[in-house]
Amino acid sequence: MRDFVNGILRLRRGPWEMVASGLIALGVVMLMQPFVLWAFTYSFIITLTGTVMFIVVSHFPE
Amino acid sequence: MSETVMDRAASATPTKVARRIKGLSDRTIAWIFVAPTVFLLLAVNIFPLIWTIRLSFTNFRANRPNGEVEWIGLRNYQRILTDSDVWLTMQATAHFLFWTIFFQVILGFALAWLINRKFKGNDLWTTIIVFPMMLSPAVVGNFWTFLYQPQIGLFNYVVAFFTGADPASFSMIGEVALAPWAIVIVDTWMWTPFVMLICLAGLRSIPDTIYEAAECDRASKWRQFWTITVPMVLPFLMLAVLFRGIENFKMFDLVVQLTGGGPGNTTTLTSIDLKREAFEKWRTGFSSAYAIILFVTVFGLASIYVKALNKVKER
Repeated sequence: MRDFVNGILRLRRGPWEMVASGLIALGVVMLMQPFVLWAFTYSFIITLTGTVMFIVVSHFPE
Repeated sequence: MSETVMDRAASATPTKVARRIKGLSDRTIAWIFVAPTVFLLLAVNIFPLIWTIRLSFTNFRANRPNGEVEWIGLRNYQRILTDSDVWLTMQATAHFLFWTIFFQVILGFALAWLINRKFKGNDLWTTIIVFPMMLSPAVVGNFWTFLYQPQIGLFNYVVAFFTGADPASFSMIGEVALAPWAIVIVDTWMWTPFVMLICLAGLRSIPDTIYEAAECDRASKWRQFWTITVPMVLPFLMLAVLFRGIENFKMFDLVVQLTGGGPGNTTTLTSIDLKREAFEKWRTGFSSAYAIILFVTVFGLASIYVKALNKVKER
């Protein structure tokens, strides 16, 4: 956990990619869940944020 | 001294062309070779994508090319993401995605594990199992509609044989409760061999020495399975899941041929709904926004896939 937080603070690729992947996965789950409409409404913006973040952070140093 | 390929290429180049490229750097020549491909990519992939993004902010209708096009901002996105019908198609897609991947992983891994054992006729069985994957989805959809026929379909008779139910008493593609499972069964039948092949590659990449070392340490078969086989096949399995996930998210042909999205809208997956919006209702702007939402989702999943692929390469 400490390594993860350090990686985030020092703008390292691994942990940031993990955050971006998490956002994408969350967005996809929100898009397809059958429970609440508001989660479906906000799913696209979350997936988009995750995807754009993934493209940006994949250029961070290892 | 023998002539090299480079010398032969140089002597075969017409003098006029040779004179023209004489002063060009290697980098420029490389760009000249790559340019047609880059141009094609821009024309066929990038330009339509940018055009679709632009259309998604308008109320353009392709069946009224001369009609007035209005810039409506994010209204198409707002409509899609608050539309309960679109939400229902997403749920149908989720049901299809979850269960097809679940069954394909379980059956694919089990088949790979069995095929990996050395026995007579191993290669023949591999070919027989892989056969459904080689068929066209349109063909598969068509003949499964016959298999699902309540009166003459083989599927109903097999179910009747095991359950004792009347074969004509249920219709797999005609009933709301059964139709989503009908498409899951067909996709699983068709694509389990693909997952099996990927798992088989993973199983065959495990060196025998690891199992021999485990035998020396008196590890049971059960423990070997959970501490050696599963962790070493997991990256391959993850790849198979992502491959199938992305493919099934875009599923169209098989389901259209099998159920046409019915009964009602129970098997209307997102790509079928998108096609209806674009080419039956002619809401081009709306369907462009719909396509962008699906594109971003698939692109996001593909990014995770590339990351997983890199991890497998590092092993």
